[in-house]
Amino acid sequence: MSTRSTEQAAVAIPGGDVGGHHHPSLQHHFDSLAQQKEASTFGMWLFLVTEIMFFGGLFTCYVVYRRAYSEAFVAASHSLDWKLGAFNTAVLILSSLTMALAIWAAQVNRRKQVVFYLIATMFLGTVFLGVKAVEYADKFEHHHVPGPSFEWHEGGHAEPLDGAQSDAPPLEDKFAQHVQIFFSLYFIMTGLHAVHMICGIGVLAALLLPAWRGRYNSEYHNPLECTGLYWHFVDIVWIFLFPLLYLLGAHAT
Amino acid sequence: MSEHTTSRTIYFVIFGALMVLTVLTVMAARLDLGWANDVVAMAIAVTKALLVLWFFMHLRYSTRLTILTALAGFFWLAILIVLTLNDYVTRESLFPFPGK
Repeated sequence: MSTRSTEQAAVAIPGGDVGGHHHPSLQHHFDSLAQQKEASTFGMWLFLVTEIMFFGGLFTCYVVYRRAYSEAFVAASHSLDWKLGAFNTAVLILSSLTMALAIWAAQVNRRKQVVFYLIATMFLGTVFLGVKAVEYADKFEHHHVPGPSFEWHEGGHAEPLDGAQSDAPPLEDKFAQHVQIFFSLYFIMTGLHAVHMICGIGVLAALLLPAWRGRYNSEYHNPLECTGLYWHFVDIVWIFLFPLLYLLGAHAT
Repeated sequence: MSEHTTSRTIYFVIFGALMVLTVLTVMAARLDLGWANDVVAMAIAVTKALLVLWFFMHLRYSTRLTILTALAGFFWLAILIVLTLNDYVTRESLFPFPGK
């Protein structure tokens, strides 16, 4: 009798599980599902703060060089296809919608819709990466990838770098070097963003099977929620990358 | 459950708003507004980011701790950018960029 009452006291923690049974998704070191969710959301946001600073360093670098070599940045940006960038923006926003709907489906216990929206999100992420691959291939073809084979023929003024020296080989002009800085930032920023997309698609893939088995429901869907936070964050990064990289030269047409 | 289940409608509305803002940012970029081009582009991007944060990332239903964490992230980002620029803007005339 006394043992029983102790047991009942142990489960009567505020917000704790009902009926004396542990929820199968409640880990033993949490008092309640609500506390568990709060902890995982907080942890995910702490990670996202480090991500903000990670991308923030690159955005700062961009701002510094953009101020210094603004003409070259506009010319380089003009060579990017803003239509592909806009298309990818739309794809990512749509994928954020499907991600949010996956969580919604879990909240209303629609197992098959969770799976459907997860697959839709992964599909849209893959479309984004496919477009990115086409753009990268185009940059390689036009020698717009920074490095020894970099060439720049569009716009700008050709001046020798160190003054005209009599029999020195023709030097790359300053302008082309500044354009290279733009493309370095372009590849690092979109490349890092793409790596994040690939990770996101991997995480979504890992959620598919548990989602199919009905692991996520109105009571428990923390993994979906945290993956959603990550996915939307990556979307936000692109929301800033799109105007900063693709639209600088748009009015030059 | 203490958790809020957002209706689907709000997600579709936010999606629509984000698409409209994307079209706006493209249209604004095609006008030559001088320095204002950057201001308009960033204002639209910040608006879009806030919509994503508030609705898609559920900050409006989050606890104060979570909102504070998110704010702290952007506060530190502001320190990073503002203090770095503070340095560059004030010393540019003394130490110009190479090739400028």
